[in-house]
Amino acid sequence: MQGAAREELRPQIDEEVLRKVAEIAGRWKGRPDMLIPVLHEVQEVAGNGIPKEVAKTVSEAMGVPLAQIYSVQTFYSFFSKEPRGKILIRLCKTAPCHIKGTKRILEAFERALGIQAGETTEDGLFTLETCECIGACDVSPAALVDDTVYGHLTEEKVVELVQALRERADLDGGA
Amino acid sequence: MEETRVVLDKAGEFLPTSARAYEAVGGYTGLRKALADPDQIVEIIKASGLRGRGGAGFPTGLKMSFTKAAAADHKYVVCNADEGEPGTNKDRVIMEEVPHRLIEGMIIAALAVGADQGYIYLRAEYPHVKKVLEKALEDARQHGFLGTDILGSGFAFDIQLFIGAGAYVCGEETALLDSLEGKRGEPRVKPPYPGVAGLWGKPTLVNNVETLANLPAIMEHGPKWYRRLGTERFPGTKLFTLSGNITNPGVYEFPVGVTIRQLFEEVGGGCPNGKRLYAIQTGGASGNIIPASLLDTPLDPESCDGVGATFGAGDLMFMDETCCLLDVLENLTEFFVKESCGKCCPCREGNPQLLHLVRKFRHGTAQEGDLDLLVELGKAMTVGCLCGLGQMAPNPILSVVRFFPQVFAVNNAYAREVS
Repeated sequence: MQGAAREELRPQIDEEVLRKVAEIAGRWKGRPDMLIPVLHEVQEVAGNGIPKEVAKTVSEAMGVPLAQIYSVQTFYSFFSKEPRGKILIRLCKTAPCHIKGTKRILEAFERALGIQAGETTEDGLFTLETCECIGACDVSPAALVDDTVYGHLTEEKVVELVQALRERADLDGGA
Repeated sequence: MEETRVVLDKAGEFLPTSARAYEAVGGYTGLRKALADPDQIVEIIKASGLRGRGGAGFPTGLKMSFTKAAAADHKYVVCNADEGEPGTNKDRVIMEEVPHRLIEGMIIAALAVGADQGYIYLRAEYPHVKKVLEKALEDARQHGFLGTDILGSGFAFDIQLFIGAGAYVCGEETALLDSLEGKRGEPRVKPPYPGVAGLWGKPTLVNNVETLANLPAIMEHGPKWYRRLGTERFPGTKLFTLSGNITNPGVYEFPVGVTIRQLFEEVGGGCPNGKRLYAIQTGGASGNIIPASLLDTPLDPESCDGVGATFGAGDLMFMDETCCLLDVLENLTEFFVKESCGKCCPCREGNPQLLHLVRKFRHGTAQEGDLDLLVELGKAMTVGCLCGLGQMAPNPILSVVRFFPQVFAVNNAYAREVS
């Protein structure tokens, strides 16, 4: 399975999504200090990313220049310019995890998902990212999957985890 | 070896998010004492000798006194919960297990300096902690610990939770404030210091989670009691994070001055699988890497400075004999390249050059003069960078040059072999 180019995921941004985005951002018109919380919320409804049309909508609804939004969204690693998979796997690659074998764990994730770090599975279900310290050094090597930390990872556990996440997504109605 | 728990006192023995449950184990007693005589708080904290637990070790009472003395229509207390230093997760444990102790500490700090609004800047990497804090804050409000009339005293203060978005540099207090204002988190030029001109230009007390969580016990038991623990110049306990090649990784609370050996052997259980300890990174990713021969160093800033270790936020990453230090240095320097905000040139351009040189040694292609260049650049960054990120990024490299010079031998056959 090849990793889907993020470009192909773009049609997800439809009128309905942009309407929701405008509603969220519109609540904070004239409050540029609320840009980061707004981007978090907007990103969730816009397929885990903030593509240009979404950023433009935020800009108009909040009265914040588009350049300011671009400057902020590209600064922070939790924001993406492109839509990502439904489930975000962030594997920590910083020193305490690195010396406990993150490299092998990353390869195990890449094999189990059929994609490289930074890519999204064709079905749009998973995006695999490497990230800096997630503060789980007591259970390294560790990954943050959406809101949950999975620690003491081994190659076997990665296979089981991906399997379990797929099954859960199937129960929830698929990607 | 038994822990000495002050900040983590009774942790795990009650429902963390419940204000009532926290009260039942003695919680909010310090706040009640503080409310009885708010004007004395700064003096009490000064007398306790409490110093910041985020890494810099600045005297907390003195920091409070700047904000207290500043006149303004609004003042803020900001809790730095952007625990981004690799190898550190002690603030996470405090927020997960005793969130009300942090809330109580923030209210005491607000009373001390006259602040009317508080913020907890929580890193985005802790979504699980966000849920705990939201519940605890709501419960504190419902029970009158936050709001317009705290415990009937007439004092008004509330705390807002703000979620970062993934940037190591936001742990630097002025970068954190810019981020709170909705901008890129880039450090400001100091002075002015946040204590006088911080969030939206108003006097702002910025403290680390652990520092704030120390305030309730000091108010409850007094400075004399507090000074029984720790060292003369750094009283109290400290939460230490043990990570890397260690049998029992985790967060443990001990009086400041405990030795690395005690934590490594008696608490951590040594390296797994009978491996020999080779090196220890002290004070997180930006701290010094020291050899196993310095295991008997007491963990307090003065002793650490004396031998070339870093006290920092109390982090110890253990590396066994299978570790390749050049591989570790490459990983650490990649981290700083990625996390440099780009505002100042020595950090933005210096880190990629450090990485380039480290890789040359790692791949066995380094030449005569490269080591001098590496050290010269590292030292230049230490003095030339705008904030702690760039100033401390060369620490791991410079300390390895000092303690493990053989690693940097030109035409290092070992380096070629492992790369």
